[in-house]
Amino acid sequence: MPRNRQNQGLYPGHMNKIYEKFAEKLFLLSAILSISVTILIFGFMLILGLPFIREGNFFNLFTQPWSPHQGLYGIYPMIIGTMSVSLLSIVFAFPLSLGCASLISVLGPKGFSRFFRKVVQFMTGVPTVIYGFIGIFLLVPIIREIFQGGSGMCILSASLMLTVLVSPTMILFFIDSFDQVPKTFINAIDALGGSKVQKLLYVMLPNAWRGILSGLILGLGRAFGDTLIALMIAGNAIKTPGSVLDSARTLTSHIALVIASDYESMEFKSIYACGISLYIFTTITVLCVRFLRTGPKGVTK
Amino acid sequence: MTRPVDKLIIILSWISGIMLLGAISSIIGYLLVKGLGAIKFSLIFGETSPVDALLLKRQVFDGIFPAIAGTFSLVILSVGFAVPVGLASGIYLSEYAGPKIKKVFNFFFDILAGIPSIVIGLFGFSMAVFLHKHLSQYIFPCLLISSLCLAFLVLPYIVRTTQVSLENIPEQIRLTALALGATKLQNIFYVLIPKSLSGIVSGVILSIGRCAEDTAVIMLTGVVATAGVPKSILSHYEALPFYIYYISSQYSNTEELLSGYGASIILLAICSFFFFIAFLVRNRLKYHAFYRM
Repeated sequence: MPRNRQNQGLYPGHMNKIYEKFAEKLFLLSAILSISVTILIFGFMLILGLPFIREGNFFNLFTQPWSPHQGLYGIYPMIIGTMSVSLLSIVFAFPLSLGCASLISVLGPKGFSRFFRKVVQFMTGVPTVIYGFIGIFLLVPIIREIFQGGSGMCILSASLMLTVLVSPTMILFFIDSFDQVPKTFINAIDALGGSKVQKLLYVMLPNAWRGILSGLILGLGRAFGDTLIALMIAGNAIKTPGSVLDSARTLTSHIALVIASDYESMEFKSIYACGISLYIFTTITVLCVRFLRTGPKGVTK
Repeated sequence: MTRPVDKLIIILSWISGIMLLGAISSIIGYLLVKGLGAIKFSLIFGETSPVDALLLKRQVFDGIFPAIAGTFSLVILSVGFAVPVGLASGIYLSEYAGPKIKKVFNFFFDILAGIPSIVIGLFGFSMAVFLHKHLSQYIFPCLLISSLCLAFLVLPYIVRTTQVSLENIPEQIRLTALALGATKLQNIFYVLIPKSLSGIVSGVILSIGRCAEDTAVIMLTGVVATAGVPKSILSHYEALPFYIYYISSQYSNTEELLSGYGASIILLAICSFFFFIAFLVRNRLKYHAFYRM
């Protein structure tokens, strides 16, 4: 292009300038288009969920039970279902992930660490539907045998499978935050003759707690938003679960199950309430992680 | 000098490592043991001859060829939608946006990345119903709607990988072409993008895997159990992940169940293939950087 410049006569680089401006506008336009999707999704759900909100019982939805015969379309059982499945899976996944991350970052031998890290990275790419499928035919019968009752499709099965799903996300995040601990700190403890465990306990963990907490929140978000595992192996009963061996329906599987019903019905409108709650939860998660990343004083870590 | 606490922590971390490895290897092992026997030509093409099926001469009835074809068209369409917009947004965020705008935009992309796929599916479904009522009778949940929704789903990945790999280019390289008189746009297209290509490409490949595996979005936006090879972008279609889900709840005999295992192995193979490609692309970058420095 510069070679042609002399031939352009009066305005050297005139065309270039137009291109530059045009390209910048185009890039800006795509960026605006992309973020407008985020807003559009929320707007759409809000507008379509409006009949619910207009009736003045929008906030009751979150506390009411689900019984269409009495005209109650509360999503309380689903909220409890989602909470119990995802929190239980985090209870399993957090210590497991912390252990695996420490093994990869500090404690394990180099070769094994590298291999294990690849496996964990690979696990993030395994389709969710396969976890659900294997869950039905491998995990559910085992749970049924051990606890001798019910169908085996319960909160426990779903959260065990979810543990396998969310652990890789958490482990990779933990490793990243371990990697960000300043090299000088690590050299210092090596120079002092500290053992690997001491390095982990007194240097890595205290310095990486923000990252660990963010990883925890991201894992929770992943567990909250997953549909297929809960849909396939949590049993989907619409009632507030009483124990981990009860069947439960999550907000996500409620959406998937009700979508087939009549579009104009109130039952259908209730799924927008589920959608809105999931959206709001996502936003809170993102806000928490961003807050942790920047810190209260606005210092980027 | 090993204290008992030290030993305990080492043992616990090994236990968690072994548990996770055990879990994933038993999942994949079980799948392979149960399903490898089902991997045959007839699993994919049924009674139809493969050549006829591939040339779309004859319909495949009892094979998963239509599902594979559906998944492929989904991936191509949605990546086709997402890549240009995602690349352009990533370039804007990394090269043009000021710090404040960047912060706001990144916040929205973070939310978009976190929205559960079923919610995006719900959005797509509502959009289809809305368009059906107000725009045209011919629009209903279909391949086009699904691939648009999948594009929304992977858009933040593409934006983020593009932005990060552009931002990671060292200042020296960034300034060289500018110092020689190149314009900003020339610098972006002739220096910055080629330099960060492997990062961008691996992001795109990973999002291909994401499109291929996602089930929740397509469940709500037009995938069906039997539709044959998709005829147009406004028609229903089949897809591999949905086929697996469908078989798991509706199988009537062991043969059908076996085809579910077979389909799972094929889907897993497709996703791992893309994963390893992405991995190779990124690794080459690392070796490249290593030899240069």
